[in-house]
Formats: sequence, C-alpha cells, structure tokens
Amino acid sequence: MTLKTEPVTINLGPQHPSTHGVFRLRVTFDGEVIVDVEPVLGYLHRGSEKLAEGRTYVQIVTLTDRMDYIASMSNNLAYVRAVEKLAGIEVPERAQYIRVISAELQRIASHLMATGFLLNDLGALATPLMYCFRERERILDLFEMLCGARITLSYMRPGGVFQDAPEDFWPALEDFTNVMPTYIDELERLISGNEIVLTRTREVGILNDVDAVDYSISGPMLRAAGVEWDLRKADPYEIYDRLDFDIPIGALGDTFDRYIVRIQEMRESIRIIRQCVDSIPEGPTRAEAPYFIRPPEGDAYAAVESPKGELGFYLVSDGGISPYRCHVRAPSFINITPLRDMLIGWKMSDLIIIFGSIDIVLGEVDR
Amino acid sequence: MTRMLAGMDVARQINAELPGSVVKSSNGDVFIELASIPDVAQYLKDTDGLEFSFLSSITAVDYVEYFELVYHLTSLKLNQSVVIKAHCYGRDELTAPSVSGIWRGADFQEREVWDLFGIKFEGHPNLKRILLWEGFPGHPLRKDFLGQDP
Repeated sequence: MTLKTEPVTINLGPQHPSTHGVFRLRVTFDGEVIVDVEPVLGYLHRGSEKLAEGRTYVQIVTLTDRMDYIASMSNNLAYVRAVEKLAGIEVPERAQYIRVISAELQRIASHLMATGFLLNDLGALATPLMYCFRERERILDLFEMLCGARITLSYMRPGGVFQDAPEDFWPALEDFTNVMPTYIDELERLISGNEIVLTRTREVGILNDVDAVDYSISGPMLRAAGVEWDLRKADPYEIYDRLDFDIPIGALGDTFDRYIVRIQEMRESIRIIRQCVDSIPEGPTRAEAPYFIRPPEGDAYAAVESPKGELGFYLVSDGGISPYRCHVRAPSFINITPLRDMLIGWKMSDLIIIFGSIDIVLGEVDR
Repeated sequence: MTRMLAGMDVARQINAELPGSVVKSSNGDVFIELASIPDVAQYLKDTDGLEFSFLSSITAVDYVEYFELVYHLTSLKLNQSVVIKAHCYGRDELTAPSVSGIWRGADFQEREVWDLFGIKFEGHPNLKRILLWEGFPGHPLRKDFLGQDP
C-alpha cells in the first residue's frame, strides 16, 4: 500500500544554530525526503564592495577582515596582493615569509572551526567543538602577538605586513608547531574512526569532480571530489614555490572526504610553517609604499587559496586614491551554488551535515 | 604557474571560428560582442588547447557610458587563464545573454550582477535578486545610485 503524501515547506533559519550565521533555507519535504531547496541570502549584506569605492587602498584592508571573519589573514592576503599587482609594489622577502606563516596558521584555525562545527551539526554537541577551539585559541594568541588583534586582524598592508613579528613570537610558534600534530592525532582518534560519524557522513552529499568543476567549486570541497587543484601549487604566490607540501585529495566527494581533506590540510600547513621558520631571512617587512596609493589606470585580479577556496579580488583603478571598482570572488558564496543538487533526495538530518561540510561563512557569502 | 594567455592570440583563434565576434583585444583581455557571449563561451570551453572548464568569476563594472562584463576563465587541465570582456550600452532595461547553461557556476554570480548592477541575463533559469530583497529600489553598485533617505 502506498501512502498519499503532500509536500510541506519548512523554513530553516535565518536564526538557526546550524546555519553558521544568518542563512535561510526554504526546504520542501515530501514525507521526510527533501524535494526542493531554495537558499535565501543577504541578511549580512553590508555592501562592502560599494563601501570600498569610497575608501583608500589601505583603509579597505579593514573591510576585508569582516568578510570571512574566521580567516581574516587570508582575506588580507588576497586583497593586498591585488593592490600590489595593480600598483606594481614589490614585497620584501621576509614579509612574504611572515605572510605565508600567518596565512597557514589561519588555515589551521579555519579548518578547526569547520571540523568542530561539523561535529556539532552531527549532534556531538559542544564537546568536539571545544577541543577544536582549544587549539584555535593558541593560534589567536599568536595573532595577538603579531598585531594585537585576534579576529579582525588587519595585519597585512600593501607592500608587506604592519610590523615585524616580535621576539617572543618565534618560540611560541615553535611550541605550537610541536604540539599541534599531537592535537590533530587526538582529534582524528576521536572522529575519523567513529562509527556514528562514518555512518552519517560516508557517501552522503556526494558532489563528483565533473559537477564540482562545472559549478566553479574551489578549495577543500573541490579537492574532496578528487580534483588536484590548489592555487598554492597551480599558481604559486608569495614563496609557495619554494616549499615542499602535498595536496590532499578525496576519492568520492562525500561529506567524509570533505572532513578528512581538511584534517590532512592542517598537517600540510604545519609542514609549511616549519619550512618557513627554518628559512626565513632577515630584512625589512614592509616596502616603501605611500599611504595614499595611486595605482595607474587599469585592472587586476589576484587570487589566493583561502581556507574556503579561491578567494580573488578584482580591482579597477582610475588613477585615484580609492578603487573605481572592487569585486570579491568569494568562495563561500560560489560554493553554495550546487546546494540544491546536493540536498535533493536526502533527509532533514542529512541537510544539516551536508550544509555544514561545505563550510561557509556568511560574512563572505553576503559581503 | 598559471599561464595567462595573451588576449591577441585567443582573439585570433576565436575570430577564425566565430568571425565577427571579437571587437578588440589587448595583451590581457579579449573584448567580444555582447550577443556572441554564449557562442564564444562554448567555444572556449570545448576547444582542445583552450579547455576553459572552470569559470572563476563573473562581474561587472559601471563605466557610466557602458557596463563592462568581466569573465575570468581558468583551465584546470592546462593550467591557463584568460579574461573575456563585453560591453553593454545603455542604462535602462539592460540585457545580456546568460552563460549559466554552459557553466552552472554562473548561476549565483549572474544573479548577483543582476541584483547589484541591473543587467538582466536572458536564458537564466532563476533570475531573482540574491543579496537584496525583491522590490529594493535601484541597483547599488551603479555609479548613479544615491541610496535611500534614512
């Protein structure tokens, strides 16, 4: 006997703990199965791109902090690289090393958040999240040493970084790189072999390689689908071409692959930081660049591999002290394009973890 | 290192296959006719040696006399990139052909351009505002947008 059912539309968010911010989904269910999904965005839209048109090139750094607010360093890096490309500013070598170290620290912090919240979404309330936050706290302490801020860092400037790292930063960093691998081991012991995690995530929310490329997906989500594409290797910026590291990829592109790729990337980031610490040269950390930068007329696009994916800034200059146009290619925004395809056919509880495994930040989605 | 293809070379290739679609080209960019966007996009995606399967970003710039649509394309297989631009003249009832049928990644990005610049993409399956709400007056990233009275 077949039961007669009728579709029911449920509103999820914008205020919901699993939306990682203010994100709304209009989900239509037939019984318990999802038949249609419509994302509704824009609750955190502050018009950053418009605001940028009225600020100087240095002032805009503070706006970029507030986009992907759990990975401010990466945002700073992407933006200042676009300005440097546009204005032709050479960055001193020591500054490039410090930038790479801080960007990789930020990647670990961001992936820890992603992992912790994924477990939170799985129903392991708060405990795994607190494990992840414990380590992230140490990274934020390191950032505090660098620039005095913990979240909205504004550490980088066109032409380098705001100041050299203080003396006591280096021993603290070494201490961190020594203990972090054991923390990751501990995290993996708790999660990777856990039967509940495996049952809930294996072969759930698959996004295969062909679809991922077609949907312009980037970052861990693309690599989980088995595509070996990482801008740090494909288009090395700063000093990444001198470093030895691997690109972890997944096999299936399911929720578990997205989790495990992030765990492996954290280990690679520690490798990168260690190499940087070993070979960092002495020297200045900021190029001689005027406060009011006036790049020549033209445009430039520069992208970096942020923890979420390809974060690019497209700047157009009319020769003035502020950009004529500042566009952000936001990975979080583009990575949710296939959400509808990924969710149809799954159930409510799967929705939460599939969505969680994409790892978006609403500050960046809405800008 | 991602190879940035010279605009002139790509323009020559496009012109051989689709005569009349290229307006001009420079070292970095290829400027094409607005109407030929889907044909050029399909050509760039499918041709051996180009294979631009990854659409990095779509955006627009308001130059007051015209709007410039900017497409950043990347080939993950050949590790090369190209920038395609097209001009859209006028201020009201602007339309441009959609590429969301060619790269599905264009879906949200074209909606964003429609929302913030007011360029309608013909052939887009679900062209609604994305960051702002339906009924918001004007398109904020236009240079003549003054905002609302508080």
